[in-house]
Amino acid sequence: MNILVCISRVPDTTTRILVGGDGVSIDTQGVKFIVNPYDEYAIEEGLRLREKNGGTVTAICVGPDAAKEQLRTALAMGVDKAVLVKTDKYFDSYFAAKNIAEVSKEMKPDIILLGRQSIDFDSFQVPSYLAELLELPSVSVVSKLTIEGNKVIAERDVEGGKEILETELPCIISAQKGLNEPRYPKLPDIMKAKSKPIEEKQPVEVEPKVSVIGMEIPSRKRIGKILADTDADIEEIVKSLHEEAKII
Amino acid sequence: MLDYYNITEEFSEEEKLVAATTKSFTDNEVLPIIEKYYSDGKFPMDLIKTLGELGLLAVTLPTKYGGSELNYVSYGIAMQELERGDSGIRSFASVQNSLVIYPIFTYGTDEQKNKFLPKLASGEFVGCFGLTEPDFGSNPGGMLTTATKTPKGYILNGAKMWITNGSIADIAVVWAKLDGKVNGFIVEKGTPGFTTIEMKGKHSLKASVTSELIFNDCLVPLNNRLEIEGLRGPLSCLNQARYGISWGAIGSAIASYETALNYAKTRIQFGKPIASFQIIQEKLVWMLNEITKAQLVSYHLGRLKDKKLDRPQQTSLAKRNNVDIALQCARLAREILGANGILNEYPVMRHMANLESVKTYEGTHDIHTLILGADITGIEAFS
Ligand SMILES: Cc1cc2nc3c(=O)[nH]c(=O)nc-3n(C[C@H](O)[C@H](O)[C@H](O)COP(=O)(O)OP(=O)(O)OC[C@H]3O[C@@H](n4cnc5c(N)ncnc54)[C@H](O)[C@@H]3O)c2cc1C
Repeated sequence: MNILVCISRVPDTTTRILVGGDGVSIDTQGVKFIVNPYDEYAIEEGLRLREKNGGTVTAICVGPDAAKEQLRTALAMGVDKAVLVKTDKYFDSYFAAKNIAEVSKEMKPDIILLGRQSIDFDSFQVPSYLAELLELPSVSVVSKLTIEGNKVIAERDVEGGKEILETELPCIISAQKGLNEPRYPKLPDIMKAKSKPIEEKQPVEVEPKVSVIGMEIPSRKRIGKILADTDADIEEIVKSLHEEAKII
Repeated sequence: MLDYYNITEEFSEEEKLVAATTKSFTDNEVLPIIEKYYSDGKFPMDLIKTLGELGLLAVTLPTKYGGSELNYVSYGIAMQELERGDSGIRSFASVQNSLVIYPIFTYGTDEQKNKFLPKLASGEFVGCFGLTEPDFGSNPGGMLTTATKTPKGYILNGAKMWITNGSIADIAVVWAKLDGKVNGFIVEKGTPGFTTIEMKGKHSLKASVTSELIFNDCLVPLNNRLEIEGLRGPLSCLNQARYGISWGAIGSAIASYETALNYAKTRIQFGKPIASFQIIQEKLVWMLNEITKAQLVSYHLGRLKDKKLDRPQQTSLAKRNNVDIALQCARLAREILGANGILNEYPVMRHMANLESVKTYEGTHDIHTLILGADITGIEAFS
């Protein structure tokens, strides 16, 4: 099985984000970057498919030279080889998808796996763009994947339930949390990853479809509501945790 | 994680990954269970397999023997993360990496290496290191355990005490005098004449097994002797382990510091967070200051070690300093937490108690003072 996993380089979830001097990008000074957490599920699923069916897993990233660090993480997790489409410029989802599509056309993967979204800009666009550019079926936000022969069964979480879809290889799957439990790289594999190849490619230059014209840090006002332990208050706490804070 | 001087930015890609993997291991596998094992006085045996699979038991050992073949900075980073969990877990890994695998790799025959190293690296075999005796701690050269050569093998007689992993070990690296000179022997579990007794009643390193080893006309095969003679054999192993301990202590100190910092910001007294009081801030800054210095010492020592430019005395300084400040951090954190500081809901009292052992084993704090004193004055105060 020829498996392609797309990964993106995103700021660490614990980093404090500041807007850069230009007002349209983030200030990367002192920011730690990681593999996009949703992509870890995609990597893990790729590795499991290889373990079951044989073949190779290739990781691809569109990004700056420093993104080799994230590709190296994928290699240490067990990915066989990596491709970096190197660009130092600002790029949008279309640019990323277009460049992944170009590489895919050569590679002809049986399956392309991605995270459901990149947690930096949360545009959710790359999987769909890619499906369109490659004219392949795609299922997004998948929390369970079963592949038998060419038949693909994908489960996705929908509001209050599950949706089960069927399609065929080759296809594009974007991963949701819960798809699997991503492994952490073992130390011997970290050592071996050093000698695995990262191929660098020049990007196909395309005009971005969208451009950023402004970026702002949301200002948060403290409401300072005091609630006690009456049933009504408890209901309100639950409601605000769910709807305002969005943490439950 | 506290990294005031951005030392992690100096880490290579591999070193960063080692940090991430060990951190996840500690967060997911150690922290959720450790208080229970500690209060029950048990070592979490189930962790051994995962430690082995992740490559944490043989960090620098070449891959041909099942090791991870990484550098000493990576080893240090791993020990730091493990001890952020508990000194007992780090002790287990220190013994396996530095006190058992290291001497077999360095002084072992090919046969010994092939037979034992892969199993020790995977965690299938647990090892222990027997140097200290009931009457010889800081002065191991005085040991009474003897080995006598016979045509059938070496006959060991004597007793070792305070041996980490002793009762759970499949093999023991035992130091004994052969014709008056210290020699190392690999003794396998079940060898007639070899018994172990687990030591009970510890108030420290409770999540670690500590045992006595007893040798009563114990016959060890001729080809189980290590090819090294003199005290420099065991001392070279201790030098490896102490280096790892210097990093481990930082992990423990960070656990205390972070607990104290979070607590100080949320605990309200006199209408404001206690973090707003100058005395509390001074304590937190003391910890920040000392941890940062300790990190720089161990990091630089690791780089020296990877270039083979280190001296054992530099390791003495790192072990001595870092364990000492970690213990003081635990005590300050305990103060900042007030009464809550004594509860097992927080890790500080456990770290404090553990570090009392760490300060004593692998050369006591004072013995390292004397090693450094001898180094700079040229006069040995302990011979
Ligand atoms: C939990 C635990 C695990 C251990 N694990 C192992 C292990 O796996 N393998 C192993 O071989 N050993 C192990 N040890 C033993 C440890 O290495 C010894 O305890 C240590 O070397 C000190 O020896 P001692 O306890 O006999 O103290 P002593 O040597 O009796 O020292 C007592 C005090 O006297 C001081 N002192 C001694 N000599 C001098 C001097 N010349 N000048 C000034 N002060 C001096 C010491 O600093 C100390 O304060 C372990 C110990 C503990 C507590």
